[in-house]
Amino acid sequence: MSDFTTAFTSAIGLIAGFDTSLIEIIGLSLRVSLSAVIIGTIIGLPLGAAIAVGRFPGRELLIIVVNAFMGLPPVVVGLIVYLQLSKSGPFGWLQILYTPTAMIIAQMILVTPIVIALTRQFIEDANADYDEALRSLGVHGWAKLVTLITEVRYSLVTVVLAAFGRAIAEVGAVIIVGGNINHVTRVMTTSITLETSKGNLGLALALGVVLMLLALAVNAVAATVRRFAPKAAYA
Amino acid sequence: MLDITAAEIDGKLADAKSSLLPLRVDDLVYELNGVRIIDGVTLRVEPTGCTAIMGYNGAGKSVLVRLLHGLLTPSAGSCRWAGNLSASEISRRQSMVFQVPVLLRRSVEANIDYALSKRGFKAPERARKLEAILHETDLLKLRKRPASVLSSGERQRVALCRALAVEPELVFLDEPTASLDPAATAAIEQILLRAISAGRKLIMVSQSVGQVQRLARDVIFVHRGRIAEHTPIEEFLTTPRSAAARAFIAGELFEE
Repeated sequence: MSDFTTAFTSAIGLIAGFDTSLIEIIGLSLRVSLSAVIIGTIIGLPLGAAIAVGRFPGRELLIIVVNAFMGLPPVVVGLIVYLQLSKSGPFGWLQILYTPTAMIIAQMILVTPIVIALTRQFIEDANADYDEALRSLGVHGWAKLVTLITEVRYSLVTVVLAAFGRAIAEVGAVIIVGGNINHVTRVMTTSITLETSKGNLGLALALGVVLMLLALAVNAVAATVRRFAPKAAYA
Repeated sequence: MLDITAAEIDGKLADAKSSLLPLRVDDLVYELNGVRIIDGVTLRVEPTGCTAIMGYNGAGKSVLVRLLHGLLTPSAGSCRWAGNLSASEISRRQSMVFQVPVLLRRSVEANIDYALSKRGFKAPERARKLEAILHETDLLKLRKRPASVLSSGERQRVALCRALAVEPELVFLDEPTASLDPAATAAIEQILLRAISAGRKLIMVSQSVGQVQRLARDVIFVHRGRIAEHTPIEEFLTTPRSAAARAFIAGELFEE
């Protein structure tokens, strides 16, 4: 128990001391994971919505595959992205291995299936309720999709948060494609792995506490948006 | 711009004036998983007043109105509307009120405005129509309320308001007052009576003999996917022709 007390105290110390290397690591963690989530949402949200209302051959199979991809192992994704970006790989000429860009790509691949699958589920459920009423009003196709997305917009905040939770917490993908290079590709999770392997358990645990506080802060911001946005919408 | 033929102008004028009704339904069939839910319905719906559709639970009433409104595609047979209108024009001139109202998660007036904009009404006209219909359906006080906080009676009134706002020639109603208390039912019926006198055609599924007596001019009695009878309201209430309708009015269980 004293381990946790010490870790918590040193975590507070780290944050309060504005330790510059810690700030740098937190900054990169947020930059990588938020970029991955934003790109993943831009790609995944329309795809999820399209699968929800579309009827095409292979739809059921696609849904099973996307749902399964929510559980993609980060190390496997890291390895695949590594193989693509390594010097001998097809995208080696981009020379982005061991850069934050590679980390964003890997995390984006991890979170996009989550955005697609959960968006699909929310929109499909909404469509079951709204379908007849909207068709009766002559709302079809695009217009219908936009209406459904607008209707479930607050649920979609949860979708984005789930994606962010996945991205900020994973270590397997970013450590393979980023390489945990100090001042270049070191993020919270890779630092924790490194400090643990060096035997600095106290520091590792303190970083873990910081990581959890970070996740808490992002969720608190989202909850605030969710709480006050409906009032604005009815004004 | 100027080389529009006289025939085209005639066509446009006819388009604007000609009525959807009477509706002729010819040998309509709807099958789902091999079960005939609507089994050869032939009928004619006249242009004015309220036509009630009655029948026991599971008789096929809701499916029948959905087929007529175009929400379901018939397995066989046809609905032939008068006036030689395009498919989109036919659906533009109809609206529907469902048993459980589906409202968008926004204010009452935003719900009505949504329907108006989707039916292609433009801004200044839209605001005018919105005011008029809110007044007509007694929703002025509730206009800023989120739809999600309304009572079921109020929600149904908003759904009815939305259906009437788009100025349809024909409104389908699927048991609009089935889950409402007497006061809310009376409020809905008042609005429906005004709509009828304003010349709108109503086709309404109802389980209430009293309601049908107050509103309808003729009754289509559906039994096991077929039309048991289609008679004027006075005749239906006093001397129904089919055994099923007789039992229904007498409030008896009917076994064939």
